[in-house]
Amino acid sequence: MPMTKLAKQVVFYGALIGIWALLAKLHIWPPYLFPPPWGVAQALRDGFADHSFWIGIAVTMKRMLIGYSLSVALGMVLGLGVSSSKFLEETVGGLLVSLQSLPSICWIPLAVLWFGLTEKAILFVVLMGSLLSVTIAMEDGRKQMPKIYGMAGRNLGGSGFRLFWSVLLPASLPFIVNGMKQGWAFAWRSLIQAEMIFLSLGLGQLLMMGRDLSDMNQVLAVMILIIVLGYLVDGLIFRTMERRLQEKYGLAT
Amino acid sequence: MSASPQNAYPSAVPPPPRRLGGRANGFQAKPVASMSELPVTSIGVNVAMPKVALDSISLSYTTSAKGRLIALDNISLEVKAGEFLCVVGPSGCGKSTLLHLIAGLNPQTSGNVLVDGKPVTGPGTDRILIFQELGLFPWLTVAGNVEFGMKMKNVPKAEREERVQHFLRLVHLSQFSKSYIHQLSGGMRQRVALARALATEPDVLLMDEPFAALDAQTRDLLHDELERIWAETGSTIIFVTHNVREAARLGDRVVLLTYRPGRVKQEFRVNLPRPRHMEHPDVTRMARTVLDCLREEINKSLEAEYADDKAR
Repeated sequence: MPMTKLAKQVVFYGALIGIWALLAKLHIWPPYLFPPPWGVAQALRDGFADHSFWIGIAVTMKRMLIGYSLSVALGMVLGLGVSSSKFLEETVGGLLVSLQSLPSICWIPLAVLWFGLTEKAILFVVLMGSLLSVTIAMEDGRKQMPKIYGMAGRNLGGSGFRLFWSVLLPASLPFIVNGMKQGWAFAWRSLIQAEMIFLSLGLGQLLMMGRDLSDMNQVLAVMILIIVLGYLVDGLIFRTMERRLQEKYGLAT
Repeated sequence: MSASPQNAYPSAVPPPPRRLGGRANGFQAKPVASMSELPVTSIGVNVAMPKVALDSISLSYTTSAKGRLIALDNISLEVKAGEFLCVVGPSGCGKSTLLHLIAGLNPQTSGNVLVDGKPVTGPGTDRILIFQELGLFPWLTVAGNVEFGMKMKNVPKAEREERVQHFLRLVHLSQFSKSYIHQLSGGMRQRVALARALATEPDVLLMDEPFAALDAQTRDLLHDELERIWAETGSTIIFVTHNVREAARLGDRVVLLTYRPGRVKQEFRVNLPRPRHMEHPDVTRMARTVLDCLREEINKSLEAEYADDKAR
């Protein structure tokens, strides 16, 4: 009998934790380097019980929302600009692509010198980390959008802002969502990296605190938290949005 | 072949009277020698202002490979109000481009497109083009697509809804008003495109090989529907196709374009009673006549393509 996807996943993760528990039980490595699953579970419980994890999540998500919203808004404007002008495409477009080869963590020294160890510096790093990918995705989207929609819209009497709003925008929506998804992934990475270096609340800071206290349980607990949060947003929100759009647009395979 | 076309038709389908007034049955092929021999005047039916007039249209553009390419060369053509004109030609003769010019989506290099005597300067809902690839909006429902042009024209909502229902009934898609485009079959999509175009109540309907991708049965059905809708709405249709049988089946007149540069090579008047059938001997004979003339152009286009291969 074929297993459902959920059943497969339960078995897989069960086995993974089982092996982990077994290895921990064998005491090959000392528990402070290789803690058992129940130790990490305890750390998770404690973290939520003393609210430090809740606060960390709240602070991190707040920064994410601000930084990410900024980068999506700016990235859309930039992407539209670059894609609608040959001159900008050849000049700014090239610069954007080359800047994207810079890992976002490289913006941290610059951000610290400009803004100090402040919230602004963190937002700056998040912005720079995701702005470029949003911009490039928007630009690509505008280019890949089939020309026929614009022509059909004009043919049916659309022009100016109304043509943009009711044809060009919806026609490029699948590309926009893809760009937003990429932007989210980049912003998430940049933010956690920045938080690990800055003295601040947030998940990155909790992770570093675990290291400072040599508390492997906490390190692993926070890592799991970061993975789960990242997955929830990316896997649930964005993938669902993407799938719905693809179904509606008839792009689903 | 001495049987008159009227006798050859099944008596159960009487031709609509609108199309029969004063015209002889049969057809004649006639090369276009000059503007003075335009068919509108030559058959002496109505010398009123043409609905659409192409006045010495030329279009050329620069390609990196071949330098200056002349796509359309000095095309002059007049289309009467309510006429069904078919344009045939080999692929690459610029027949689609011609429709884009009439629709005002692209500008011509020289000459004028006149609609009701006024030059076309841009797109307008008096001329609606049905694209070969349709260009239906996948993010809108069938009703949303049909409504689109009216929305752009600021038609009030209540009236829009009423007209959407009307035009969906006309193309037999009332039950699918809430479906999305990808849920429909090819033939249904064609009918949505037709309804969307008709809903703006255009005087001129421009159709760019709309049935090329359909299977034969669906196409036959849509020919019948198009003929019926044309009779009901009385709009002027300019229909581009590479299929001469389709042209003979649908057109009052068939214009044949040459291969690169596109020029009017010959015109054929199709004086056959309607509704017609693809298989009718007179339609087939008409198609044959057009095809003989078209074949030369197809050969030219093939030679040009093979020459490209050799050059490489």
